[in-house]
Amino acid sequence: MVTLNVNGKQLQADVDADTPILWALRDTLGMTGTKFGCGMALCGACTVHLDGAPIRSCMTPVSAAEGRKITTIESMSASRVGKAVQAAWVKHDVPQCGYCQSGQIMSAAALLASNAKPTDQDIDAAMSGNVCRCGTYNQIRAAIKDAAATLSA
Amino acid sequence: MRTAFKPSRRNFLKTSGLVIGFALPGAQRLAEAATPAEFKPNAYLRVGADDRVTVVVGLSEMGQGVHTAIPQLVAEELDADWTRVRVEQAPVDEAYKNPIFGIQATGGSTSVNGNWGPMRKAGAAAREMLVAAAAQTWKVDASECRTEKGAVVHKSGKKLSYGKLVAAASKQPVPKEPKLKDASEFKIIGQNLRRLDTPQKVNGSGKYGLDVRLPGMLTAVLAQPPVPGGKAVSVDDSKAKQVKGVRQVIQIPQGVAVLADGYWQAKKGRDALQIQWDKGANAGLSSEGVTKMLTEATQQEGKVARNEGSVGSASGAKTLEAVYEAPYLAHACMEPMNATAWVKKDGIEIWAGTQSQGPNQGILSHVGSVDPKQVKVNTMLLGGGFGRRFAPDFTIAATVLSKMAGKPVKLVYSREDDMRAYFYRPASVTRFAAGLDESGKPVSFTARVASPSIMEASGFMKLPPDGVDSFAVEGVKDVPYDIPNLRVEYSRQEPGVQVWFWRSVGHSQNIFFSESFIDELANAAGKDPFEFRRSLLGKQPRYKGVLELAAERAGWGKPLPQGVHRGIAVAQSFGSYVAEVAEVSVDKDGRPKVHRVVAAVDCGEVVNPEIVKRQCESAIVFGLTAALYGKITFKDGQVEQGNFDTYPMLRMSEMPKVEVYIVKSKEHATGMGEPGLPALAPAVTAAIYRATGKRIRKLPIDPEALKA
Repeated sequence: MVTLNVNGKQLQADVDADTPILWALRDTLGMTGTKFGCGMALCGACTVHLDGAPIRSCMTPVSAAEGRKITTIESMSASRVGKAVQAAWVKHDVPQCGYCQSGQIMSAAALLASNAKPTDQDIDAAMSGNVCRCGTYNQIRAAIKDAAATLSA
Repeated sequence: MRTAFKPSRRNFLKTSGLVIGFALPGAQRLAEAATPAEFKPNAYLRVGADDRVTVVVGLSEMGQGVHTAIPQLVAEELDADWTRVRVEQAPVDEAYKNPIFGIQATGGSTSVNGNWGPMRKAGAAAREMLVAAAAQTWKVDASECRTEKGAVVHKSGKKLSYGKLVAAASKQPVPKEPKLKDASEFKIIGQNLRRLDTPQKVNGSGKYGLDVRLPGMLTAVLAQPPVPGGKAVSVDDSKAKQVKGVRQVIQIPQGVAVLADGYWQAKKGRDALQIQWDKGANAGLSSEGVTKMLTEATQQEGKVARNEGSVGSASGAKTLEAVYEAPYLAHACMEPMNATAWVKKDGIEIWAGTQSQGPNQGILSHVGSVDPKQVKVNTMLLGGGFGRRFAPDFTIAATVLSKMAGKPVKLVYSREDDMRAYFYRPASVTRFAAGLDESGKPVSFTARVASPSIMEASGFMKLPPDGVDSFAVEGVKDVPYDIPNLRVEYSRQEPGVQVWFWRSVGHSQNIFFSESFIDELANAAGKDPFEFRRSLLGKQPRYKGVLELAAERAGWGKPLPQGVHRGIAVAQSFGSYVAEVAEVSVDKDGRPKVHRVVAAVDCGEVVNPEIVKRQCESAIVFGLTAALYGKITFKDGQVEQGNFDTYPMLRMSEMPKVEVYIVKSKEHATGMGEPGLPALAPAVTAAIYRATGKRIRKLPIDPEALKA
């Protein structure tokens, strides 16, 4: 049994210490907004925040999260940055199949939380770990810039 | 623990007294008896007393926007208030047959094409019934009434919203041939309306197949044979069963499954299995062998797919020959294949992101030995489809496992399992020969295509008597250019790998082949590749139209930055025409960089221009990913790729600028999920040729061959 702080709540999960955060979230805690894409930290679909920093939850065991704060897509609307990012995603109608977008939004929110005015290079660096098979990259870029403008207004 | 997600049970499979004259069978059966709370004239829409319009869509949403485009068709003729329109996924039922396929399924860029008429008719019939209801209520003639934004308006100014008319409308006879609008009256079709599926995709609430959770469900991970057709001869599951949370190990024809409380335990259990495999007939399969087999086949005469004039008698002043090759490709949907099945006493229920509800109903009824009507298919959101989710391998395996386990089972492919489960785009080789006359005009064109047959692999089609698989030759057989002597042949070759439909199917490789060879001919003729094509498209106005628009918008012929070069290609697939101009540079290590792609599209009448543009851009990315990186290769019978490290995807930092322009057209609406793909690779490789003088005849592009 491990205790995880997810979106501000202390939750008990009956999983082994080596279980990736992803599967504790999805299979044990029933939070399916965080997606499984590759299991090897190669696609970013599983991105969540650990103490505010983006991590790949498919490769990070729950043992690494004890005493730390996990933030997932389910609570993005609770933060100012997350809310702005989601609003920009809606405004630009970014998603197609949508499967990678939880991870994209988590990476984008982490970028904007630490960098209020990202350049194209900053966006490339922060977002190139997130694969979108539908090819929504140009819309993601536009939405990040839009969210940055909203946040600095 | 949170409450398990329970997929909604829809209760509208009731019979109806209403009769509506649609071509789609079952439409009237699914129309529900009227209740004061709802007006449900047919299977495709409901109007609530709260004015809300629900459009019920039988097609799968896999990113292509069908859950927005279909509601637009219905809402247009209904004169609905778009802000009150929502979409609902239909169950599997006759009423939701794809009009083009004759069975409920999504693919082949058919959704808008096939539903353009039927869904407008569904909306128009409802509108006429609402007007009749209002006229009756007001005791006026229906001709004195019009509709706008979800309300009937009388010429006197009286107005009733649709929600207030649900009871009266339900009593109206259903018009057999409702009057459709003229295109000039469209207010919703042709508009860039927002996608209805966006909100759930930005807050994590959208439910994909992988998100299904049922009480008592086990999660299964499968050990697949390492070689196509391999069989497990001995299984030692003692270590697997020691993994905490592992409940059962079950051997099925597809492999050995470990069933556990969750994915992580099941995967750990699967990885702990010790299995001896009989690798069977394909133990020696290698990509070199596949290339040799296909290439040699193109040296022999094949089955004739097209034959005009006499290629033998045409002697050009200049002759060219070239051999092109494309590899097997995996679809690599972001959501790995998965399905949840529950075989119960009274039937089978399945939850899956599937493109083939209708075929699955039939197939799973055989798997479970039940009547097809006892198979309920719950279509979830699809985390990518691209043709892969038309296949039933994962739904069949999940159903077999549920039957054997006696519980609901969610079967999940790991990324590696997904990539190594076959169902690949076929490898293909095409040998071309052509002759040019003194003036540089092509006088003969021969193509011999060698590749596996998707028709035979599909399980629901057979090679026709002429022996030509239409998917294998599409994009070569139909070269549109004005060439008097033209012959295309097909040789079916089966290296032993399950092949399947992959976004744009045969066009995905064949347009690369044929358009690249046309570029070679233009070069040999000493002509500009755009002008060369244009001069040969006199009888093909739609090809010519997109070619000219793309060239114009790209600034064809105008100067580019140092080191950047253009290439152009044009294609028709699924009835839609697309030309693309790519701007490419190649660095000293031979790595191409695509800076900009300009596309021109003619897909007839357009339902939602922004979705058309996004789909074209999406297909460009898919095509570029394949051109730069895509290959599934075999060594000793085993697939050499497994995850995104060995099967790379295009990423944000590599994304070109993309511009898509739409030709204004009155032609019948055709699909755009796929047609943006085929022209991309030949446009890019033509630009590479201009940049380096090196002709790419084999995909993916090999930077080694392009080193300065």
